[in-house]
Amino acid sequence: MKVELKINGTARQLPSAAHTTLLAALRADGLTGCKEGCAEGECGACAVLVARADGEGTRWESVNACLALLPALDGAEVVTSEGLGTPGALHPAQEELAVRGGSQCGYCTPGFVVSLAAEYLRPERTPGQHGEANGFDVHSLSGNLCRCTGYRPIVDAARALGTPQEGDPLAARRSQPAPLARATRLEAPDGTFHRPATLADALSLLAAHPDARVLAGGTDWGVDVNLRRTRAAVTVAVDALPELRAFEVRGDVIRLGAGLTLSDLERRLGNRVPLLRAWFPQFASRLIRNSATLGGNLGTASPIGDSPPVLLALDADLELVGPGGVRVVPLRDYFTGYRQTVRAPGELIQAVRIPTPLAPVTAFHKIAKRRFDDISSVAVGYALRLEGGVVTQARIGLGGVAATPLRAHDAEKALEGQPWTANTARRAARILGETGTPLSDHRASAEYRAAMLEQSLLKFHWDTRAEVTA
Amino acid sequence: MSGQEVSPGAAVGRALAHESAALHVSGQALYTDDLGVRMAGLLHAWPVGSPHAHARVLGLDVSGALAIPGVARVLTREDVPGVNDAGVKGDEPLFPEEVMFVGHAVCWVLADSEDAARQGAAAVQVTYEPLPSLISLREAMDASSFQGAQSTLRRGDLTVGFAQAAHVFEGEFEMGGQEHFYLETHASLAHVDESGQVFIQCSTQHPSETQDITAHVLGLDAHAVTVQCLRMGGGFGGKEMQPHGFAAVAALGAVLTGRPVRLRLNRTLDLTMTGKRHPFHASWKAGFSADGRFTALQVQLTSDGGWSLDLSEPVMARALCHVDNAYFIPHVEARGRIARTHKTSQTAFRGFGGPQGMLVVEDLLGRVAPLLGLDPHELRQRNFYRPGECTPYGQPVRHAERLETIWAELLASSDFHARRAEVEAFNAASPHVKRGLAVTPVKFGISFNFTAYNQAGALVHVYKDGSVLVNHGGTEMGQGLHTKMLQVAATALGVPLASVRLAPTRTDKVPNTSATAASSGADLNGGAVKDACDQIRARLAEVAAGRLAVHPDDVRFEEGRVFPLGHPGRGFPFRELVHDAYHRRTQLWAAGFYRTPGLHWDREAMQGEPFKYFSYGASVTEVELDGFTGAYRVLRADLLHDVGDSLSPLIDLGQVEGGYLQGLGWLTLEDLRWDESTGAGRGRLLTQAASTYKLPSLSELPADFRAALLRQATETGVVYGSKAVGEPPLMLAISAREAIRAACAAFGPPTQPTPLASPATPEAAFWALHAARSRLSPTTEPGAPGAHEGVPT
Repeated sequence: MKVELKINGTARQLPSAAHTTLLAALRADGLTGCKEGCAEGECGACAVLVARADGEGTRWESVNACLALLPALDGAEVVTSEGLGTPGALHPAQEELAVRGGSQCGYCTPGFVVSLAAEYLRPERTPGQHGEANGFDVHSLSGNLCRCTGYRPIVDAARALGTPQEGDPLAARRSQPAPLARATRLEAPDGTFHRPATLADALSLLAAHPDARVLAGGTDWGVDVNLRRTRAAVTVAVDALPELRAFEVRGDVIRLGAGLTLSDLERRLGNRVPLLRAWFPQFASRLIRNSATLGGNLGTASPIGDSPPVLLALDADLELVGPGGVRVVPLRDYFTGYRQTVRAPGELIQAVRIPTPLAPVTAFHKIAKRRFDDISSVAVGYALRLEGGVVTQARIGLGGVAATPLRAHDAEKALEGQPWTANTARRAARILGETGTPLSDHRASAEYRAAMLEQSLLKFHWDTRAEVTA
Repeated sequence: MSGQEVSPGAAVGRALAHESAALHVSGQALYTDDLGVRMAGLLHAWPVGSPHAHARVLGLDVSGALAIPGVARVLTREDVPGVNDAGVKGDEPLFPEEVMFVGHAVCWVLADSEDAARQGAAAVQVTYEPLPSLISLREAMDASSFQGAQSTLRRGDLTVGFAQAAHVFEGEFEMGGQEHFYLETHASLAHVDESGQVFIQCSTQHPSETQDITAHVLGLDAHAVTVQCLRMGGGFGGKEMQPHGFAAVAALGAVLTGRPVRLRLNRTLDLTMTGKRHPFHASWKAGFSADGRFTALQVQLTSDGGWSLDLSEPVMARALCHVDNAYFIPHVEARGRIARTHKTSQTAFRGFGGPQGMLVVEDLLGRVAPLLGLDPHELRQRNFYRPGECTPYGQPVRHAERLETIWAELLASSDFHARRAEVEAFNAASPHVKRGLAVTPVKFGISFNFTAYNQAGALVHVYKDGSVLVNHGGTEMGQGLHTKMLQVAATALGVPLASVRLAPTRTDKVPNTSATAASSGADLNGGAVKDACDQIRARLAEVAAGRLAVHPDDVRFEEGRVFPLGHPGRGFPFRELVHDAYHRRTQLWAAGFYRTPGLHWDREAMQGEPFKYFSYGASVTEVELDGFTGAYRVLRADLLHDVGDSLSPLIDLGQVEGGYLQGLGWLTLEDLRWDESTGAGRGRLLTQAASTYKLPSLSELPADFRAALLRQATETGVVYGSKAVGEPPLMLAISAREAIRAACAAFGPPTQPTPLASPATPEAAFWALHAARSRLSPTTEPGAPGAHEGVPT
């Protein structure tokens, strides 16, 4: 079977199995600028640009080619480092990186070039954004690892980038429509890959194949495919279904399509949900957020997924859609065991509902070894309502302390009805510290995890103590 | 050699981007694994790895693999025509009968696709008899499981030294290892070429040793095997010893099947199978005078060598030779021993034991400073080597005064004293967030401890059109060696950089090379390249002297022109000279050679002058630490480093900054964990992926990062006055660890020592600050784990 793509401006047909990654296909096709550094979306050496719909036009987004399954890109447009410029005619992102000593061994470099180019081409980039004269979000490079340079020259290159010149082909491409996600059916010895055109088709496929792998952003599944060589007999891609891509702000609810990427949500939400705004940068990297979805993060039901703690604090509900229609499940009732949920085979997560008005005092604490793009040892989401300095409602969502994400009901109770004081926080913190059954592993000891629960509430109080008087 | 003047327009000393920068950024730079796609009939290799940390292989049934479509062959022990060993010590069987760590390859499957090879490997049936295993360094020490030589470095008399001490302290310290995590994993591509030679493209820092070992595995003479290294996607020492076995497997497959064989480890295999920086345990006893000067130091170092000896002995030698760091210690006894555990074979890693040795003394000083009533920076400075003093192994510390110079310049340029006051004021006003500021020095010996390695060769061709092709024995792994060699050749021949090209490193061009390691690449190969160029230039000068009617000594070569001394206008182009010389039958190419002069080393007595010179540096780091979580960030780092007269300042600055961040990773973030339980997973590396083994990312870049090279630092007797730069800056990161310690200490009462585990992860920092805070107000705080691993007592 072949998959059609436009690569660096040229229409190509690449041979594909059901689990062929975009990275493997590009390299087999001779585009070896794309490197495999980790095969799990951590290092960014395989980053490529993909053309994504942005209203009427197109947005160039950077993604990890190692996690993208080729059949999921049927009909897509992709640009690699080779397509951005050549040694004799470098792209500005390449030029700035080269002259500043931003490459040493050069292995991570094509990926950095792509991440730089994506930010260079970001239409909203305006001087002063992200505290930079050229508006460059330096943090957008945090999904690219470099073992040689120490990053300083790479950051300097980012800060030196101007704006695309008149006639820049990729910038010009932005005003044209993006390629539509194609309905695809690919049969290969290693499995069958479907991208159904409609929700009804998707649900009937799932009904026929209860064990089918549901694919949205694929940032988790791609890791299994690459590192554990897991294979699915049937894969059903649901990321393009319009029903899963809704974004609605109604009177008393904000409805987030489960198939929207986190980057898409981040842009559309703006500052509407401050807790989520604070949370997005803590979720993996820009490269991952450009593919990952809320549906995926909740669908895998990992106890260390980063969305449950905040969504539990926000009292979110899930819309599950199945053959029998839509049902709404409070997130607090969704998880039933280790990677187990109430979602029935054949059901999809359609949307996440966040009730409004939002609780005003919120925080997300992620405890990890590395400041960004790491997996939580412990994650805590907080949302408090205060009246006259007294806590009227407390919601605390926890990750990493039990087989499932948890609501910290006992600690919540210890806060509710109490003045938001250091004493209240201390009392509740002690209770919070005894919540769950944290384990010792390579990320953290059980003792540290328990201590972090307690410390987290103390920190939350310290950081928000002014809210009482405000 | 240093006698030759460098003209103002010379290529050396210019700040140039990496010679392959344009290829890097455009994705055109090729690496070993990029080449396979161009070969027809390529086979892919995949290992069958042991699930046990230690077991005897009782049986091997490969029929399942051969039944998988696409599987061509399974390579086993019976296939080896030569010596079944991948090392230089005879203790690394390529196809083992006794597996020594989880992931140890029993056999290799070759198939038409990587996927088929992988399925084939899963279908091989191996019968094991599990044997008892030692996983942690502590287990090996308790079991007295050691390997290789135990060595002792001694000076003076400890009895005298401790008798003179006003204060004596004792302590223990354990530091973690480090994974190289070069972005390019191990890769080899072998085929038998049209002339019948075995040709191996390999990501190796030591092509000659890869050649030697492949030849002995294949039972061939070395001349029948050629190894080429185009470039590496990082090495850091991890490709000094480790590539040989993989290259040999690929070559064996190519010889047996007649097809090209690609062997590339994916990240999991690379992390699971290849050696890392040695973890170390140290127990020490230190004596100080009343004014805080060392009187004596007794240290027992134990490294975790993993399953085989590998480079563990020289790594230990370098650790023992760096336990003094920048400090004069009159009476010293430092003992070293290498534990044998059932883990990967720990190996070279940037610094090669030096960082571990230095960390012992820097940790010790950081801990005891409050007990001596001295500020740590004062305690350190007070103990600096003075001119005329010798190291414990008897080498005079040449240019010791540079320690004081660097220290003074750095404290001034970093505004150290004013910022210390600011940090104190900040901490006084901030109950939950504290800052720490620290400064530490680096003194690092340059040259291989193993004297024979301090030689290099080069082959320089000048073609009839005046263009120049340089071959040398060093490998390019991102450190900019090729860029520097271009600069050396262009300078030595007085031609523009653009007329010089570098050929890939090949064992059939320059034989018997040493590893590109020990920071020595530019010193050694630069010496050899310059020697070759000087020979050619001397012959050309004779020819030019005739045409210019001057003495050959008075012919100048600059920027592609040749002219009499003092008369640049009377010159003519270099290419005309080359044309003339060819027609006069002048040899236009030369083989160059370099051996570092003046080195001697008695390995038994641990005495001599193993180093050509010392590299010096110092760094100031400021961190901010969250008292709730132990999370911290580096606010500012100021580095000042001595690279002599820099051959290539942009490259050298990159090495200094990159070394600091890699050191920061080792000391703060990178946390190798093995399964030490008695369960089924015993011996498994738990951090075997990029998602569990975290490297510094952009978020670890100091918010304010200022690196500088020491000025007026000419080193005599080295190529164009330059010094090595690869390893020493890694140890500049020790100031970050000391700054974290200072910030942790700020939560507690002054005058108390603050032990800190290594790596100083947020968790380790939390327990350290928690202990400090508890000393201030012993209340009911969250309980630290009873025996939290790594926290020194």
